[in-house]
Amino acid sequence: MNDAPPIPQAASRLPRRSAEIVPQARMSGPIPWVIAIMVALMVVAAAGGLALRNTGKAAARELSGGITVQIVEARPAERDRQARAALALLQRAQGVTEPRIVPQAELDALVEPWLGEAVDEQAQGGGQGDSLGVPVPALIDARLAGSLAPARLAALQEQLRRTAPSARVDDQAIWLRPVFGAAQSLQWLAVALIVLLSGATGAAVLLAARTALGNNRETIEIVHLLGGTDAQIAAIFQRSIAFDAIGGGVVGFGAAFVVIALLGRSFAQLQAGIVTGSALGWMDWALLALVPAVAAVVATITARWTVMRALRRML
Amino acid sequence: MTPDAEGEIVQFDNVGLRYGTGREVLSDVSFTLYPGSFYFLTGASGAGKTSLLKLLYLAQRPSRGAIHMFGTDAITMPRERLPLLRRRLGVVFQDFRLVPHLSAFDNVALPLRVSGAAERDIVQPVADMLEWVGLADRMDARPATLSGGEQQRVAIARAVIGRPQLLVADEPTGNVDPDMAVKLLRLFEALNRLGTTVVVATHDAHLLRKVPESLIMRLDKGRLSDPTGALRYPPRRQTGPA
Repeated sequence: MNDAPPIPQAASRLPRRSAEIVPQARMSGPIPWVIAIMVALMVVAAAGGLALRNTGKAAARELSGGITVQIVEARPAERDRQARAALALLQRAQGVTEPRIVPQAELDALVEPWLGEAVDEQAQGGGQGDSLGVPVPALIDARLAGSLAPARLAALQEQLRRTAPSARVDDQAIWLRPVFGAAQSLQWLAVALIVLLSGATGAAVLLAARTALGNNRETIEIVHLLGGTDAQIAAIFQRSIAFDAIGGGVVGFGAAFVVIALLGRSFAQLQAGIVTGSALGWMDWALLALVPAVAAVVATITARWTVMRALRRML
Repeated sequence: MTPDAEGEIVQFDNVGLRYGTGREVLSDVSFTLYPGSFYFLTGASGAGKTSLLKLLYLAQRPSRGAIHMFGTDAITMPRERLPLLRRRLGVVFQDFRLVPHLSAFDNVALPLRVSGAAERDIVQPVADMLEWVGLADRMDARPATLSGGEQQRVAIARAVIGRPQLLVADEPTGNVDPDMAVKLLRLFEALNRLGTTVVVATHDAHLLRKVPESLIMRLDKGRLSDPTGALRYPPRRQTGPA
């Protein structure tokens, strides 16, 4: 042991890894798992919202401008005559495109869930579309260029009535309007859920940061008295929370991915036209991938804000 | 009275301190510390030594009076600037206040890391300092596994590692054997010769005699005994290496 006191001088040697001033237990405790659950819920909610948006867009694209002319006539021969007359009129009418009489096979398929396969046999044996004596209207699909204003539909209806008195014109989209409304409400619900879950994540981080501060109060005081700044101390906590949030976010996103994939598979098996349009695209997945990133940013900012606020109360 | 151009390290003017609504634990305390001075702070238990040291190491603001440190008003100074002032201090706490989960090495390195020193400039001085206080083989030991005397030596090493301008020590030799006490005092003297102002609070009357050039600050029931005014208006001292 040297008796001369070692008055410190600048010296060089291989760096030695510095220990964390505040104990850092990475991915331990409840916070990473709370964040994982929150992120999973947010991603599933966001995916639901995006799927509904895609469904709405696909349905609107398919139905936009579409009209259906029904010939509601019980007598098959008259119904056929009026259908042909209506088709001829629609083919001549300005702004009407792609008019076509819906083939009997499609009509049969449409009513089959209610009336059974007997429709087919009856149709072959008896009058077209009359199943077990139940008259089925003839249908003509067509598209209208431009907007589907009620006045325009009324005018077309009036024109058709003159040649086909049993004709009734329906805007295809009108039937799905309540569905679109409900889908839009669900999208807003998804947004609200994401906002609420973000708030809950922030609150959980706030509580965790406060607890961590309380547990390490003695150490923080020492660091303060040795000249540590609020920013230095806050950086320790925010780094720790950021690490937990990123880890939790990855786990949560992974869990949500599995759930979405399974749900997607189940919906795909429904083979319903409107559902197939709900599939998530690359842009949707990119948006979903932002959720854990945003959660990590929210958690980090919340931790910093909480710690800085608490430290300002110390001398 | 304000600090003069030559720059007192510390100036207390009629400082009073009370905790909450209790009685004053320090009353009308006035003194001036110049660079290179060596002070012993003595007084009976409860005389206010620790409270005075707390004011010196900026852990407490006074209830009244004025404190200037390193030429700045330490009372009205915004708290964002306090860390820079604290980095010019070295403190040996009575209860050591070592960070429990850090090794002896990391505890001693803490002031250097806090002040942003590069890791390559930390390792050697910290190792040398620990070797000098006889803890070369305990560098990786946590405080809980160290004896009281060893903890105290780590606390002292941490206080002096940053070459502070003002070293404040609260009973720094209370838990070490007489030989180590003298050895630690030599360290304080060596720093003092390099210009560090040293304030050591102690009960140990033998220690006072070990540094003949030191001045004695005696506290009695929160009041500083200074009949000649030598503490308030001390003579200038030569500073720098002897």
